[in-house]
Amino acid sequence: MLVAVFTLLGVELSGELLRSALHLPVPGPVVGMILLAGWLIFRGYGCETAPAAPGALDETAGVILNYLGLLFVPAGVGIIAEFGLIRQQWLPILGGVIGSTVLSLAVTGLVLHHLIRRKAAPKKARILAVGDKPCIAKS
Amino acid sequence: MYREILAVWTPLALAPLTWIVLTIGAYLAGCWLQRKAGGPPYANPVAFAVIAVGFIVVATQTSYATYFNGAQFINFLLGPATVALAVPLARNFHHIRRNLASIGLALSAGAVTAILSGIVIVRLLGGSRAIALSMAPKSITTPIAMAVSSEIGGNPALTAALAMVGGILAAIIGEKMLKGLRVADWRAHGLAAGVAGSGVAAAQAARLDGVAAAFAALGIALNGLITALILPLVLLIWH
Repeated sequence: MLVAVFTLLGVELSGELLRSALHLPVPGPVVGMILLAGWLIFRGYGCETAPAAPGALDETAGVILNYLGLLFVPAGVGIIAEFGLIRQQWLPILGGVIGSTVLSLAVTGLVLHHLIRRKAAPKKARILAVGDKPCIAKS
Repeated sequence: MYREILAVWTPLALAPLTWIVLTIGAYLAGCWLQRKAGGPPYANPVAFAVIAVGFIVVATQTSYATYFNGAQFINFLLGPATVALAVPLARNFHHIRRNLASIGLALSAGAVTAILSGIVIVRLLGGSRAIALSMAPKSITTPIAMAVSSEIGGNPALTAALAMVGGILAAIIGEKMLKGLRVADWRAHGLAAGVAGSGVAAAQAARLDGVAAAFAALGIALNGLITALILPLVLLIWH
């Protein structure tokens, strides 16, 4: 557990360092997420049947992500300081959030649906696709 | 009586512990209410906690800075939580390997649509640049959305609120709308929920189907990644 906490914080710090060293416009924790995901996949943990990652990383990540909602509350309360802004600009705020949510939902769903359907037809005869390598974690 | 309450409250209002306990308590109460109501997406525990804590902060005439002085210990965990998203991303990676081009295309199309439509609609309806910048990252998972928002000059609190409203909306309309558009594949349902509505909509999609749950987790993590990478590029063009 402590190893996992150390890993998550250490990777976040690495992300921050890499970000400021390379002047990346991407937030440090996102750089950290890429680093950790890359490491896990490289080590062979990139599938559901692989054994648990070392240092109770799976459980610790699960606990944090299970209560992810709680972590937004402090910043979310900051919205009370912006009440005037919302009352003044309620139309663009409401229109934007409804419009872009509906559009991105439809575009993502339709594009994937049509691409998968087109791809599925000629590949049906193949028993094993190229990407279907057996999944074994390196120890 | 009022005086006594005031005498107890005044030192407590400055203690970080008070606001940590109130924040966690309000969130737990929100979770309990959602379970009692049978888990509908509109009974969102985060929305409940924000409103409840916000009400207490305003009613006690506490400044947001005083509140955040305590709540920053919870807020700090957003960083490691974002890093922790790497675990479900890696675990679902075998789904991507099999449909790399299709998922990549659908994801990029959805991410670009969310960013551009958000900015364009806000500007068309007369919204300010700050509102448009807060709207642009609102479809991605909240910890990344807030980090990106402050990175590009938006308002992270507004982005968090918009992410919540967008997520609730996607959870309520997602399944019906996609079925109306003749999208029958659960993979497409899951990915769309993850991309357009992040955590709230993903939880709703996960309840419908196991494959949808995996693709929703993918949609959340990959959309966070892609939007964090695309958005600075979009802003290079739009000054």
